[in-house]
Amino acid sequence: MTLNRRRFLTASAAATGALAMPTWALGQTGPIRMGTVLDVSGIFDAYGTPMDMAQRLAVAQINADGGLLGREVEIVGYDTQSDMALYTQFAQRLVRQDRVDVVQGGVLSASREAIRQTLRRAETLYFYNVQYEGGVCDRNTFINGVTPAQQAEVLVPWAMSESGPRVYILAADYNYGQITARWIQKFVADNGGETVGVDFFPLDVSDFGSTIARIQTAAPDLVVAPLVGGAHLSFFRQWAAAGMNQRIPLASTTMGVGNEHRVLTAEEGNGIMVAYNYSQGLDTPANNAFKEAWTAAYGDTNLIHEIAVSHYMGVQLWAEAVRRAGTVDRMPVIEALEDNLSIEGPSGVMTIDPQTHHAILDVHKMVFNNQEMELVETLPQRPPVDTQAVCDLIANPDENTQFEIEI
Amino acid sequence: MQGDARRDTGLAVILGAVLILGLPLIADTNMLTLLVVYGMLALSLGLIWGFGGILCFGQAAFFGLGAYTFAIAGINIGESTLPLILAVLVPAAAAALLGAFMFYGRLGDVYLAVITLVFSLILFRWLSTTAGPAYVIGNARLGGYNGIPGFPLLNVPGYPRWELWGDPLYYVAAAALLIVFLLVSWLLRSSFGRIAIGIRENEERVSLLGYDIRARKTVLFAIGAGIAGLAGALFAAWAEVVTPSLFGLQQSAEIIIWCIVGGLGTRFGPVLGAAVLTWVKIVLGGQGAIDNMLVMGLILVLFVLFLPRGIAPELARLWGWVTGGTRRPARRRAPRGGTADG
Amino acid sequence: MDLSVVILIEVLYAIASLILISAGLAVVFGMMKVINLAHGEFMVLGGYTTITAVGLGVNIFVAMLIVAPIVVGLFGLIVERLVFRHLYGRMIDTMLASWGLSLMMIGGFKMIFGNTTTGVAGPIPGFTVGNYQVNGYNLFIIVVSVLLLLAMLALLRGTRFGLIARGTMQRADMAAAMGHSPDRIYMMTFALGSALAGLAGAVLAPLVGLVPTAGAAFIAKAFITVIAGGPVLVAGLASAAGTFGLVNQVFSFLVSPVVGDVALLVTAIVLLRLLPRGITARFFRGRL
Repeated sequence: MTLNRRRFLTASAAATGALAMPTWALGQTGPIRMGTVLDVSGIFDAYGTPMDMAQRLAVAQINADGGLLGREVEIVGYDTQSDMALYTQFAQRLVRQDRVDVVQGGVLSASREAIRQTLRRAETLYFYNVQYEGGVCDRNTFINGVTPAQQAEVLVPWAMSESGPRVYILAADYNYGQITARWIQKFVADNGGETVGVDFFPLDVSDFGSTIARIQTAAPDLVVAPLVGGAHLSFFRQWAAAGMNQRIPLASTTMGVGNEHRVLTAEEGNGIMVAYNYSQGLDTPANNAFKEAWTAAYGDTNLIHEIAVSHYMGVQLWAEAVRRAGTVDRMPVIEALEDNLSIEGPSGVMTIDPQTHHAILDVHKMVFNNQEMELVETLPQRPPVDTQAVCDLIANPDENTQFEIEI
Repeated sequence: MQGDARRDTGLAVILGAVLILGLPLIADTNMLTLLVVYGMLALSLGLIWGFGGILCFGQAAFFGLGAYTFAIAGINIGESTLPLILAVLVPAAAAALLGAFMFYGRLGDVYLAVITLVFSLILFRWLSTTAGPAYVIGNARLGGYNGIPGFPLLNVPGYPRWELWGDPLYYVAAAALLIVFLLVSWLLRSSFGRIAIGIRENEERVSLLGYDIRARKTVLFAIGAGIAGLAGALFAAWAEVVTPSLFGLQQSAEIIIWCIVGGLGTRFGPVLGAAVLTWVKIVLGGQGAIDNMLVMGLILVLFVLFLPRGIAPELARLWGWVTGGTRRPARRRAPRGGTADG
Repeated sequence: MDLSVVILIEVLYAIASLILISAGLAVVFGMMKVINLAHGEFMVLGGYTTITAVGLGVNIFVAMLIVAPIVVGLFGLIVERLVFRHLYGRMIDTMLASWGLSLMMIGGFKMIFGNTTTGVAGPIPGFTVGNYQVNGYNLFIIVVSVLLLLAMLALLRGTRFGLIARGTMQRADMAAAMGHSPDRIYMMTFALGSALAGLAGAVLAPLVGLVPTAGAAFIAKAFITVIAGGPVLVAGLASAAGTFGLVNQVFSFLVSPVVGDVALLVTAIVLLRLLPRGITARFFRGRL
C-alpha cells in the first residue's frame, strides 16, 4: 500500500515534470486546498483506501493539466481510522486550522452525518461520494452516490421478471439497510409482487443457517439481499453451500461494491443480479482511459470499485465547477454546480440535479459471472426520485436535514 | 494524618492546575480533551478495581450509557445541564442493579468479569439493532449502528446558546477530572474507602468484623459507574456523535490496559496510563507503517511481564530516590493473581 | 416434519460449533486455570493457515484437519515458552498478557493478510430433506465435534499423558515429586489447546469469511461457554454448549439471529447467577 502510493507519487511527479512547468508558475496565491477525511485504516479501509487512491489520481491528473485557475491543487488528507469520533475532530481541524476550500470524503452515513453540520456551520463546501440511503437535503452538500430508488427501481422489476412475484428481503440492520428494504418492498408491490419476509442483521452476524431454513419455509421466488460487509459475505457462501443458489435466484444492491464478487468463488457468485453505477467491465473510452491511468499509477486495477470511482467523479465535478465559476469561493461554485453541471467519466455521464444536489446518473444491470460483473443493460440518466420526492433546494434553499422518505 | 491529607490535596490541586494550564502550550487542546476524558474513565476503573478489587470487564458499558444518556436527554431537553447530571445517575443506577445482582449472588472474580463483559455485549448488540424508526426515546432516534449525531453540546448552565467546544471544553473537562480526582482521594481516605481496601485484601476477615460486604461493593461499583458515565457525557460533548462502538470489547479492553500500564492501586496511575497510551495511539494512527494494535498489544505484554505494577509506582520510587529516599512508596498490593478456582 | 428435521440439524450444528470454538479454551482453562483471551485469534490463525494452504494446492481436508492444528499448536508452543510460562499462578496477569497477544495478532493479520474478507468455498455439497435444502457442511461440523469430544475423553481417561496431566493439574507438587515436570506438562497442554483452536478456526473458515478481527466474535462465546461449563472438562463443555446452542437456535429461528445471540447472553447471566461455579460444579462433580 505505502509502496504503491510512493510509486504513484513518483509517477505523478514525472508527469508534472514532463509538462516542464515550474511550480511557481502555478498562480500567485498558493495552492488550492482540498480537504479529505477517509478511513484509510481500520475496518472500513477496504472502502476508504481505494477512495484515497482515486482522489490522488484525480488531483494528479488535474495538476498535470495545469491545475485549476492556474493554481495547483493540494490534498490535505486525514485518516479517520474507521473511528466515528475522529471525523468531527478532523473536520474541525480542516476548517479551522487548514482552512481548506472544499471537503471531500466520509465513508459510512454515520461519518457523513457526524461532519455535515460542522462543515455547514463553517461554510465549507462538502462532497459525499458514496452510495447511501438517500434523503439528505442541504445546500452546502453534494452527493453523487446512487440512492436506493435509483438502484431498486431498476433492479427489483428486472430480478422479479427473471424469477417470480414472491420476494424475501435480507438487509443489513442500519440506516441504509432499513431504508433500502422499504424501497424494495415498495417496488415489489408496484410490480404486482408480494414481500413474504424481511429480516435485518447487524453487521457482525455471520451465521445464517437458521435464516436459510426460515427462507425456505416462506418459499419465495427471489431473495433480495442488501447485506453489507465482511461478515455478511458468509450468507452468500452458506446459501451456496446449502445448494440454494440452484433453487432461488439472488439479487443485491450492495454485493460487489467492495469487489466482493472477487472473493466469492465462481460457483458461489454466478447468477447474482445487481445494479450499479459502475463496473470495471464497462467498455467505454472514458473507462478504459481511467483504468489505464490507474494502472500507470498503482500497478493494477484490482482495487477499483464503485465507490472509488464515484469519489473520483466527485473530485472531478468539483474541479469542473471551479473552472466554470472562475473561483473557489463557496457560493459561486455551488451556483455553477446547480446549473445542471454535467461531466463524463469512467462511470458514464453524471449530472447534478439542482433540486436535490444529488446526481443523475447511468445505472447498469449486471449479473455475476465467473467473478466478473457482466453487463446486461444500461439505463441512462436515472434521477434520484426518492430524494426528489422530499427535497427541493430550489424552493427551500435553507433546508438542512436528512429526510426519512415516507413510502 | 489530617496534615497528610491536606498536603496531599494541596499537592494535587497545584500539580493539576499547572498541568491544566501548561499542557495547552505544548499540545492541541482538542487532543488534550480526549486524554482528559479517557483519564477520567481510567480513574473510574482504577477506583473499583485497584482499590475495591472488582475486576470489571465491562466498564465501557457505563461509559457508553453516560454518553447515550447525555445525547438522548440533550435532544429531548434542549440544553445540557440536566443531561449531564442524568449521565452520572443513569449509569450509577444501572451499576447498582447489576452490582446487587452479582454481589448478592456472591460471584467470584472470573465470573464477575464474564457477567460485566456480557452486560456490555448485550447493550452493544441491542443498540446496534435500533436503526428502525420504532426505536425512539422522546424525540431522539437511537439510530442503530450509525448512532446519534446532532445533539446539543455542553453549554453554560442556564444559557443553552453558550455552547462549550474547543478550548473552553478542555478547561471544563480538565477541571472536572481534577474535582473527580479529589473526590476519589477523599473517598479513599474516608472509612468507606478504608473498608473497601480491606475488602480487597481479605473479604472474609472484613465480613467477620461485621461489615456488609455486598452492600459496600455494590455502592463502590455504582460510584465507579457514575464517574465513567460523566466521562461518557464529556466524550459525547467532544465527539459530537455517539455510536454503539462505545460499548465494544475494544473500548473495555483499552480501559483495562490503561490501568495496568499506569499502575493499579494508585490514583494517578490509571489517569497517566490513559493519557500516555491514548497519545501513543494517536501518534501511531498518523502513520501507516506499523499497525496500531500490534504496538498496543506489545506494550501490554511487556508491561505484564516486566513491569506488572505499572508506571506510577516506579515513578514514585524514582521520586523517592531523587528526594533522598526518605519516603518509601506506599506498599499497596494490587489485587492480582486471583485464586485459581475463582 | 421436514422442517423439524432441518431445525434439529441447525440446533445440533449450533451446539457443535460452540463445542468446537470452546474446546481449546476449555482444555487450557480446565487443566491450567489459564484464560487465553487470544483464543479467538488462534482460531483465526487456523483459518488463515487453511486458506493459505489451500491456495498453495493442499487438499482442503488435509489443510483443515492436519496442517492448521499443527501450525497453530507450534505457534502456541512458542508463545507459551516466551510469555505464559512466566505467569502461571497469576490468573489475571495471564489473562491480560493473552489479551495483549490477541491485539498483536490482529495487528499482524492486518499487516499480512490485509483488512478485507477472505475465505474458501465449503468442500461438501448441500443435500435435501423433503422440501428443504440443508448445508452439508453443517453435518461435517457436527461429526468433527462429536469425534473431538470422544478423543478428549479417550486421551484423558485412557492414556498415560492424560493421567499425568490430570495429576499435575490437581497437585503439581506431587506430580513433580514423582518425577513429572509440571513445566513440560503445562507446555504440552497449552500446545494441545492451541492446536484445538487452530482446528476449530480451520473447520469454521469455509462457513464464515475471515477478517483479522473475526476472533472477537468467537472469544466472547467461547469464554462464556467455558466459564458456564465449570470445572469438569468434557461434561462441562457438552452441557454448556448444549444449553446455549439450543437457546440460541430456537430464538434465532423463531425471531432473528440477533435475538438468538441476546437470548444466549441473557441465559449465560442467569445461569451464572444460579450456578456461580458453573454447571458441572453442581451436577457432574468429580467426573471428566
